Amino acid sequence: MDSNSPMSPGQPAGSFAGMGRGPGLFSSYRGARAALISTISTIVVLAALAAVFLLAAGAHAFEHTFLSPTDMWRSFIGNPKQGYYSVGAAIWLNIRMFLVAEVLILALALFIALIRQSTGPALFPIRILATGYVDFFRGVPLILVIFALGFGVPALSLPFISTQPDAVYGVMALVLSYSAYVSEVYRAGLNSVHQSQVSAARSLGLSQGTALRYVVLPQAVRNIIPPLLNDFISLQKDTALVGTLGVIEANKAASIYSETVFNFSSFTVAAILFLILTIPLARFTDRLIERDRRRRLAGGA
Amino acid sequence: MNGQPRAGAGSFGQAGPAGGEAIRIDDLHKSFGANEVLRGITMSVASHEVICLIGASGSGKSTLLRCVNLLEPIDSGRISLLGQDVTAPNVDANLVRRQIGIVFQSFNLFPHMTVLRNVTLAPTKVLKTPRPQAVDEARALLDRFGLLDKIDDYPDRLSGGQQQRVAIVRALAMQPQIMLLDEVTSALDPELVAEVLEVITELAAGGMTMLIATHEMGFARDIANRVCFLEEGRIIEEAPPAELFTNPKDERTRRFLRRIVEAKRL
Repeated sequence: MDSNSPMSPGQPAGSFAGMGRGPGLFSSYRGARAALISTISTIVVLAALAAVFLLAAGAHAFEHTFLSPTDMWRSFIGNPKQGYYSVGAAIWLNIRMFLVAEVLILALALFIALIRQSTGPALFPIRILATGYVDFFRGVPLILVIFALGFGVPALSLPFISTQPDAVYGVMALVLSYSAYVSEVYRAGLNSVHQSQVSAARSLGLSQGTALRYVVLPQAVRNIIPPLLNDFISLQKDTALVGTLGVIEANKAASIYSETVFNFSSFTVAAILFLILTIPLARFTDRLIERDRRRRLAGGA
Repeated sequence: MNGQPRAGAGSFGQAGPAGGEAIRIDDLHKSFGANEVLRGITMSVASHEVICLIGASGSGKSTLLRCVNLLEPIDSGRISLLGQDVTAPNVDANLVRRQIGIVFQSFNLFPHMTVLRNVTLAPTKVLKTPRPQAVDEARALLDRFGLLDKIDDYPDRLSGGQQQRVAIVRALAMQPQIMLLDEVTSALDPELVAEVLEVITELAAGGMTMLIATHEMGFARDIANRVCFLEEGRIIEEAPPAELFTNPKDERTRRFLRRIVEAKRL
């Protein structure tokens, strides 16, 4: 057997054939034999995992506390008369917080990245501020930022600003914290565009702004889509932290259920809902990476 | 087309009356850190003249071109283009660069844009040419240089020679008065060099004022009105090609040309 070929169908099932050749889970398995081997291997692994759970001494208690179908259904539907909220309805708040935060993060992070990339001596103080901002919000745990804004801003008793719903402070905290990370992603993207592209654009008479808008940014953003989406998958989950302010989002709703009924199956429901949100985005990221890889390969041919 | 001579329509480089001064450089100095790359360059290029800069790598040819295009700030000296001192303070570099096209060794096409968009970007964004007109002009130019069938391709689908021709067309789309060519064939496979040199020869025939840094000595001999030999940031010798290549005055020029001949490049 040609051991150099990662595609050899006869390889043992345990070797991760085709790893790193793109994200399609099965795209690298060629032929029926490979499909058969992968199916058997998957069944064996899942069966082993199931055995661990089913044969454990506390298996029954675990199943009752975390996987009770009745409790899962009840917490999903919710029943305010019994004192708990619908986890299924609460996830909408997570989705809304995520969508709003995402747009604001994309804008704020780009702004910060551009300031940090600027070279003009007049912008020096703003550059220092931007660097300080990134250092600060990357260093402080997100949950502390959420507390600081969620409890601190209302305490200021400012008109309008201090009277917003808690979810707004949660989103502000997410935006502040994630923009620090995402601005670094942007910066990596901007740096990945070769200086000669700027030279070419400027030599055609394009102003710095026009060159940035039409030549540098499109290339930069293309290069950073995978890490950007990675951060957004993380952001989707972190909307759950806003629940610490008392906002009824999915995790908080699940927590209220478990405290009311003394059953943790509501958290399983929240976990499943978050997975339903993040997995499509993860697969979408994979597809973009694969498409980009193919385009580059085609270009090299 | 408003009766104005357009690049796509006919001749190139309508740079005032023949014999007028297109580029004038006085005692130009440029350092990168401690490394002084240009040590007092003085030269002049007349309108419709083609000047070739030759010299070893690191002699300052590319830096000189980048200074003329204001891509590099200069340390001291003066550069005038078409009678305007472009190194004076408060000169709008963007305005100056519209009059000069520069083509780089590494093509530097915009990889995320089609050939057509590469060519029309600057006219539409800088000159505010209406898009249909810019497209017409781009098509005319691409047609003229045999690139019309590549109009919707992305640069990475093109050969090096095709990419470099697109880069030349992209510069011409701005209807420059002067073209600067920075070793435009150095990154090409040998069999692709000719197609690019043909384009340049056609530009010269059309009267385009050009300052060309090149390692193609045969090409320089054929196309240049004058050849300048640079070494260590100075112009050592400047003469018509017939004279410089056959009867170089300076010992350093002779040594350089001898090495070139030994490398079978002349």
